[in-house]
Amino acid sequence: MYAYDEIDRTLVNERVSEFRDQVKRRLSGELTEDEFKILRLQNGVYLQLHAYMFRVAIPYGTLATNQLRALAHVARKYDRGYGHFTTRQNIQFNWIKLAELPDALADLAKVGIHAMQTSGNNMRNVTSDQWAGVAPGEIEDPRIWSELIRQHTTLHPEFSFLPRKFKIAITASDHDRAAIKIHDIGLRLIKNEKGETGFEVLVGGGLGRTPFIAKTIKHFVHGRDILSYIEAILRVYNQYGRRDNIYKARIKILVHELGIEKFSREVEDEWQQIRNSSLQIDDEVIEDIRSRFTYPAYEKLPHMPDELRQAAADPDFEAWRKNSVAPHKVQGYSIVTISLKPTGGPPGDATAEQMDALADLADKYSFGEIRVGHEQNLALPHVAKRDLPALWKALDKLGLATPNVNLITDIIACPGLDYCSLANARSIPIAQELTRRFANHELANLIGRLHINISGCINACGHHHVGHIGILGVEKNGEEVYQITIGGRADENAALGTLIGPGVKFDEVADVVEDIVEAYLALRERPEELFMDTVKRLGVEPFKERVYATR
Amino acid sequence: MPLVNGGRIVDDSFVKLAVDTPLPEGGDILVPAERFLGEADALLKRSGKVGVIWPNNRDIAELVPYLGKIAAVALVFPTFRDGRAYSQARLLRERYNYRGELRATGQVLRDQFVFMLRAGFDAFEVKKQADAEAFMQTAKRYSVFYQPTGDGRITALHRRMQLRHSEGVGT
Repeated sequence: MYAYDEIDRTLVNERVSEFRDQVKRRLSGELTEDEFKILRLQNGVYLQLHAYMFRVAIPYGTLATNQLRALAHVARKYDRGYGHFTTRQNIQFNWIKLAELPDALADLAKVGIHAMQTSGNNMRNVTSDQWAGVAPGEIEDPRIWSELIRQHTTLHPEFSFLPRKFKIAITASDHDRAAIKIHDIGLRLIKNEKGETGFEVLVGGGLGRTPFIAKTIKHFVHGRDILSYIEAILRVYNQYGRRDNIYKARIKILVHELGIEKFSREVEDEWQQIRNSSLQIDDEVIEDIRSRFTYPAYEKLPHMPDELRQAAADPDFEAWRKNSVAPHKVQGYSIVTISLKPTGGPPGDATAEQMDALADLADKYSFGEIRVGHEQNLALPHVAKRDLPALWKALDKLGLATPNVNLITDIIACPGLDYCSLANARSIPIAQELTRRFANHELANLIGRLHINISGCINACGHHHVGHIGILGVEKNGEEVYQITIGGRADENAALGTLIGPGVKFDEVADVVEDIVEAYLALRERPEELFMDTVKRLGVEPFKERVYATR
Repeated sequence: MPLVNGGRIVDDSFVKLAVDTPLPEGGDILVPAERFLGEADALLKRSGKVGVIWPNNRDIAELVPYLGKIAAVALVFPTFRDGRAYSQARLLRERYNYRGELRATGQVLRDQFVFMLRAGFDAFEVKKQADAEAFMQTAKRYSVFYQPTGDGRITALHRRMQLRHSEGVGT
């Protein structure tokens, strides 16, 4: 856990009082809606279909139990008793009242949570691997650097009015759980031949209406130079990024129009001017941040405790353990993923009661720590294996033990037309129907790893381009129509999906997905060949034939 | 539109010239970039001070040869969501060591004051009277800064280092 010091706390409180003043000026009419819009967006407040929506940052996906309880409190006191975890380690509340927002922010500030830059054309919440610090084989904890960058990007005096939003993600594992290749800047933590920490820097990834996979701009930037290098990228972008067309304003378009070689030369020129400045980070600064991350005092525990051996007789427990429990870097411990994708439920939602109960369980079984991942699930990062049976029972009672992590019902979906003023089509009801169709866990297990991502409009908040099966809702002649892609992925081998054919109607989407899955089951060479691998081997053609043969 | 300079509302000694306004005999003038670059010698020979209004889509490096001779640079925020002039301001102050008046013009609201001060602006053509009057109060709104800029305010990282070292004394 990272503990805020007096300096961090002061800044968050100063931001709350500034926002309180801005809301006051809006309510008195001193600020026009147009002026206020930019100011509220800088603090995570959107105007949606029915009400204001409030997005709160969970930097690099790490939460302490008192913070999760504060989120539950906000859900209960200022909203309708639930919150929605997003694909970028944020939580959203959908029914907040403008006049009460400053109080909600003040309540969150008490536990070091804020909503700074969770929307607007600025540097957004820095995201990372939800298994950071506990994943076996990780090079080092990327959250130290995430926190350094979080601080540097907070209320930045030069880059708070960029051409468009700007997102940074960091990973330190071979397997990328942070989706860095679909970010404006992706950082892959690596070591050079001297064993020094640095980053492969990628730039220009993003989804939306013009999706791009990020390109490597520099193979190694030393850790001490990472802030100046990021600053150089941003300075080039701030000056040359397009501002005439909102759909062409992201850095991915600038990189695409200039070409990565020219763009990287511009950045290099700028960087050479600023790298030997006060932006250079010395080891002591890193150590200071590292010192404020606390790690559990792990016990020396057996690899296979008796409790686990006994519980193995229960097939329901085993199904959950095999699905939701992952290896930990410390023997005797596990990482437990908590599925927020129950059958028939909206993906990523959690009630205030669930959040409170989960906080209690994290105190009891996970050294008071919870993680949030971009797949809209939560995780308990330090669970002793001997506690797994007891934890499972407790989670099951809360409706939080659905054993579908990484399976076909572990769907990423945006809020869609049920909430969002930008949406053209519904997302959540599609997800709900699919979770019902594939509710049989044996069937889901038989299918194996398969990610379905659903967006209700071209802005792609549901990351449909990088879903193994991607579903994009659009509007055509006043009707919701869904375009289906296959073969996308968001990990270290990130790729954009390929459209399989003409769009289908709302009622047909689940049938089409079933057809695709049946085709896969018939086409795969052996049970271990995952959906992605079959698509890679055969291309979209056989799936297309299957889907459209009878339509 | 009130002008804030040195933290106070002041009279503006500068008169803004358009591209084709006849040149006044004396007095301080602010001239659009294109006109300034075309007539720099003549303009600088006059008795009054000369400042330049520099658009946010033109390379500020073009102005470098003149920085020692001009009294003011006015950068432009066509809307307050367009942040290009923040980069220009920092380059002027931090890379080109410009020490004259650096003025923010356009849609300047109180909610940008802190950002602007940090980027090196010291004069502000403020859109609303109430914002101009609230300048001092707003400028003091923040006491913590995470990024080093040319304004010299101590950053959070540095303050932590100082605290660390002072705590280290005697242990």
